[in-house]
Amino acid sequence: MAVSETVAATPPAATPTPPAPSRRRRGRNAAYWLYLLPGAALFLLVIGAPLIGTLYLSLTKWSGIGDPRWVGLDNYQHLLHDDVFWASFRNTVWMLVAMVVVPTVLGLLLAAVLFDVIGRRFKPRTAAALRAAFYLPQVLPVVVAGIVWGWILRPDGAFNSLLDVVGLGALRHDWLGDPGTALPAVMAVMIWVQIGYPVVVFMAALQRVDPELYEAAEVDGANWLHRFRAITLPQIRPETFVVALTCTIAALKVFGPIFALTRGGPDNATNVPSYFAYYTFFKKLQVGYGSAISMVLTLIIVVVAGIFIWMQARSERRDRGF
Amino acid sequence: MAVTLTPSAAPVTPARPVRDRHHRGVSRWVVLALVTLGALVMLVPFAFMLLNAFKSPGDYSSGGPLSWPTEFYTKGLRTYWTEVNFPLKFWNSAIIAGSVAVLGVAVSLLNAYALGIGRVRGRLWIVGLFLLANMLPQEALIYPLYYVAKQVGLYNTQLSVIIIFTVIQSAFGTYLLASVMSTFPRSLLEAAALDGAGKWTVLWRVVFPNLRPTLAVLLIFFFIWTWNEFLIPLVMLIDNQTQTIPVALASLQGDRLMDAPTTNAGALISLVPAILFFLIFQRTLARGITAGAEK
Repeated sequence: MAVSETVAATPPAATPTPPAPSRRRRGRNAAYWLYLLPGAALFLLVIGAPLIGTLYLSLTKWSGIGDPRWVGLDNYQHLLHDDVFWASFRNTVWMLVAMVVVPTVLGLLLAAVLFDVIGRRFKPRTAAALRAAFYLPQVLPVVVAGIVWGWILRPDGAFNSLLDVVGLGALRHDWLGDPGTALPAVMAVMIWVQIGYPVVVFMAALQRVDPELYEAAEVDGANWLHRFRAITLPQIRPETFVVALTCTIAALKVFGPIFALTRGGPDNATNVPSYFAYYTFFKKLQVGYGSAISMVLTLIIVVVAGIFIWMQARSERRDRGF
Repeated sequence: MAVTLTPSAAPVTPARPVRDRHHRGVSRWVVLALVTLGALVMLVPFAFMLLNAFKSPGDYSSGGPLSWPTEFYTKGLRTYWTEVNFPLKFWNSAIIAGSVAVLGVAVSLLNAYALGIGRVRGRLWIVGLFLLANMLPQEALIYPLYYVAKQVGLYNTQLSVIIIFTVIQSAFGTYLLASVMSTFPRSLLEAAALDGAGKWTVLWRVVFPNLRPTLAVLLIFFFIWTWNEFLIPLVMLIDNQTQTIPVALASLQGDRLMDAPTTNAGALISLVPAILFFLIFQRTLARGITAGAEK
């Protein structure tokens, strides 16, 4: 959204005043580079150079001590045949379901219901209180959330006790310790963590929609579902893009909750690329291989972000009727 | 993105007369019940946390996680407070997040001034580069950073984490502020230039005061984001003197040193600063967003 704003707001002739001599103007603008200097230096130091460093290391074999040994594309070739690598990316797809698809869809529905039904047919304060309840997990540091959930889902944890109380004791289970249930359990936790973000953003977005649109639709006899599809969804599409993009990047990068809940286990059932890279760097001391995993993840993130931004620009162009 | 943290300021839509009252009378209550049920499910883990944070280990082992505590037990809380040296961890987290927030906003402001108002050549590419930098997985940077920090003696210092996050956060800040500044009224800038103000004066006397609400929002975001960061502090800060709250809690959990009541007490204490901070600054956030929207 903001990308296209930048594009739109930068016509070449920015000064409405009588044209100054062009050389002087260029000279004036050049002075602004000075302001970019500290930021650019820091940027090169903390992001540019390390990124190139990781790219270089991904082409070597190194344990972190002594000199890296150049091995070309060996690490990448090895990745293609590494089951753990493929498992970690399969799990990423499930993380996308738990952190993007479900929260966005559920968030849209909840925001629309809270705004349209509860905010209007009951008191706005009721809607605000409910929204706060959904948002609360977002305030919690994710690692703390992971630790608390780790305890809740333990064999002797609160969830199993709850099952006993409601008479479902037969379902007692080591939720995070069994490869069959660990991934669904982690996904459930991630939905819990994530849901508040879309709800709050979408509710804010709905406030900007003209209420007359809804009233006109109601007069025409459109039911709630019709209005949701014909008005709500198209009106808040910019926010939907932003939410989907930020959640997708977060899902691709997810680390803290995995570290706190399962450390990628049991048997790699919940491993993700980010944790896999961390483990390879600092536990297995295979720096070259860890770098290769990181570079693949980087590439995927860049491509996905590019696709999102392209789609967003295209949909905005279409809205403007081009 | 700037709207994520404003759960107050409820939409004030006057209740309109309901036309088909008997039709909606029941279904709206069903909807309310369902959504309330969902909200309660969201709150259950917090209830578990509260219930078990004040329970003695004996109580816990005899009654389990769901039993009501027979006494108001605060030793778990105190154990956690002293064992973890919570005040020190709190100070570490605060000094890191606070420094990053201030420095990150300063760097973002300077960058964005050159990009959004100075409109230097190739700004679109530069802004794109900053945006991309914010999306990178930290794993793609961490090993060289870790290695160099060890070489130059910055390993296990808060300064290393402060520098790294200043850059990562300001990458997002630059992107956001550059887009805000590109809509800055040119007439204000030109009037100041006619009065003979230099670029530095214009930045501090004209641009900065006008953007203050947006900068405040950015400051708060940087603080909260840095406060919750995990991977880089986990790698960079290895001892008790330097660790932040999330890292300290995670390493204790890894050692399996804590019984359930202490775990919950620890989680509860770690939650308090975030909630307090959130409540204190909620109004600033709401104001900043409104100010931005009025432009």
